[in-house]
Amino acid sequence: MPSLVDLACFIDSINNIMLTQENLQKVEALFKRYPEKKAALLPVLWIAQDQEGWISEDMMKYVADLVGVPYAHVLGVVTFYTMFNDKKLGRYHIEVCTNVSCMLKGSDKIVSTVERVCGAKIGQTSADGKFTVSEVECMGACGGAPMIAIGENYYESLTPEKTEQLLTSLK
Amino acid sequence: MEKYILPDIPNLHQIDVYEQHGGYAALKKALQMKPDEIIDEVKKSGLRGRGGACFPTGLKWSFMPKGNDKPKYLAVNGDESEPGTFKDRQIFEFNPHLMIEGILIGCYAMGITAAYIYIRGEYRKWVKMVDKALADAYAKGYIGENILGSGFSTNIYTHMGAGAYICGEESALMNSLEGERGYPRVKPPFPAQKGLWGMPTTINNVETMSNVPLIINKGAEWYSKIGAPKHPGPILVGISGHVNKPGVYEVPTGVPLLTLINDPQYGGGVPGGKKIKAVIPGGSSTMVLRGENLEGVCMDAESLKAAGSSVGTAGLIVMDEDTDIVKVLARISHFYHHESCGQCTPCREGTGWLEKMLHRFEHYEARQEDIDMLVEVANQIEGNTICALGDAAAWPVQSFVKRFREEFEKRVKIREEVEAA
Repeated sequence: MPSLVDLACFIDSINNIMLTQENLQKVEALFKRYPEKKAALLPVLWIAQDQEGWISEDMMKYVADLVGVPYAHVLGVVTFYTMFNDKKLGRYHIEVCTNVSCMLKGSDKIVSTVERVCGAKIGQTSADGKFTVSEVECMGACGGAPMIAIGENYYESLTPEKTEQLLTSLK
Repeated sequence: MEKYILPDIPNLHQIDVYEQHGGYAALKKALQMKPDEIIDEVKKSGLRGRGGACFPTGLKWSFMPKGNDKPKYLAVNGDESEPGTFKDRQIFEFNPHLMIEGILIGCYAMGITAAYIYIRGEYRKWVKMVDKALADAYAKGYIGENILGSGFSTNIYTHMGAGAYICGEESALMNSLEGERGYPRVKPPFPAQKGLWGMPTTINNVETMSNVPLIINKGAEWYSKIGAPKHPGPILVGISGHVNKPGVYEVPTGVPLLTLINDPQYGGGVPGGKKIKAVIPGGSSTMVLRGENLEGVCMDAESLKAAGSSVGTAGLIVMDEDTDIVKVLARISHFYHHESCGQCTPCREGTGWLEKMLHRFEHYEARQEDIDMLVEVANQIEGNTICALGDAAAWPVQSFVKRFREEFEKRVKIREEVEAA
């Protein structure tokens, strides 16, 4: 049985994926910043991921044509950088830092709280598709350890209680 | 002391407030100077890079070829991913125009017409803050064509990474900027000869650039007298781990580590009055120091070198007496294995070995001979890779085992006792 995530990825892949007109204008502006179009690859992939929530194989092929590089190059870049998702994620992406400064301040308790409240282990998406939980490397918030990031927002100086409150408020 | 990089001025991130407090005066002054005079001034100031390698900034700038026969580039390193480091984020948020002003002065001094601020993808919110500051500076004519009527033109752009520690390494950063995987390049050629798109390029850290306006405003002579003579200037120290008041503090270089940890205006001491077991002085790749050996050790390149470590990014991680040293090293080694780009065999394979062996130590499965083998693997990585990530993975292992050998032996002994029983 394919999971819901696999199914959603499949449905997206049979649609003809492309960037919106508005996003294409952003891409045009980006190309002017660099002497070569290829340099815009990371920013264009960010635009693609923002639009779709993830980067499908079709999107990679589309971006490859747009930027003028082979599909294999785009695939290589997408899989090299951890922040590019080649799979769909849950509605909220919960990233828990467990590196040294956070570990010293009890990130293991934050991990177990996140896993319990979200109903998903590290690396998994909850059954209702709401949360994806990831363990991440140092996010540069060591002064506010332990911390989690949800989207572009940082939540620092957490306790298990505060973490539970935060996650419950997302429900 | 007075603070220059992160002064206590509300709303300094707004361009009007920045201007009211003397902002962009250094740029105006610099545009009246000859480019070589600026490079000389930065050389004389003694400013050394704040990204970890402590390379003299003025010297680096002087490597750039003169003349405008081909385009030259500046890459500003805001990838900030060394565990324990969170200082550049403060500049993006609280004083982005200081960095921008420094970049403009650097561009003018080196004849650069495009600068890219490479910021890690996790700092997306802060990329937006820098973009806003850049837009305001463009609107006021500080960036763009014919800056303040000087005839000098340059552009500054942000470029967002996407989650790869290795992109903080300068040649990997350039590859990433060019739309490639973040693979470090073989040196030579050095960036000043062949950098971005094959053109002369300089790479400087965000905090380094933020020091430049001070030098131009107040003079190299004044700057060189701040802090430690061989590594002068203000420095942003990030204190994390077991302290009462973790955070980023601006101090002159040369402040004793114990002051940074214990003084109420900085770290405020260890919670519960516990003893300090260990300190990592400059981000997780720098060599660990024992708590009882901190007397007289200061936050500057020379003092930390003498103590058997390095200043790195000045990300100070404090560990109290209850800390499990083996577990900390296992976590550090997991990080370097995860972040190895995979180009060089010693690093790709070696970091994996280190992680696996330390996993065995952590779970009481290691043997006595594994202690020396751990160091042997680290020694085989060190110096045998294209970039410094291999060294960064080796140094913690070498120093943890050297300075806390008893902790590793204890793990082995417990295993032996359990097996005997």
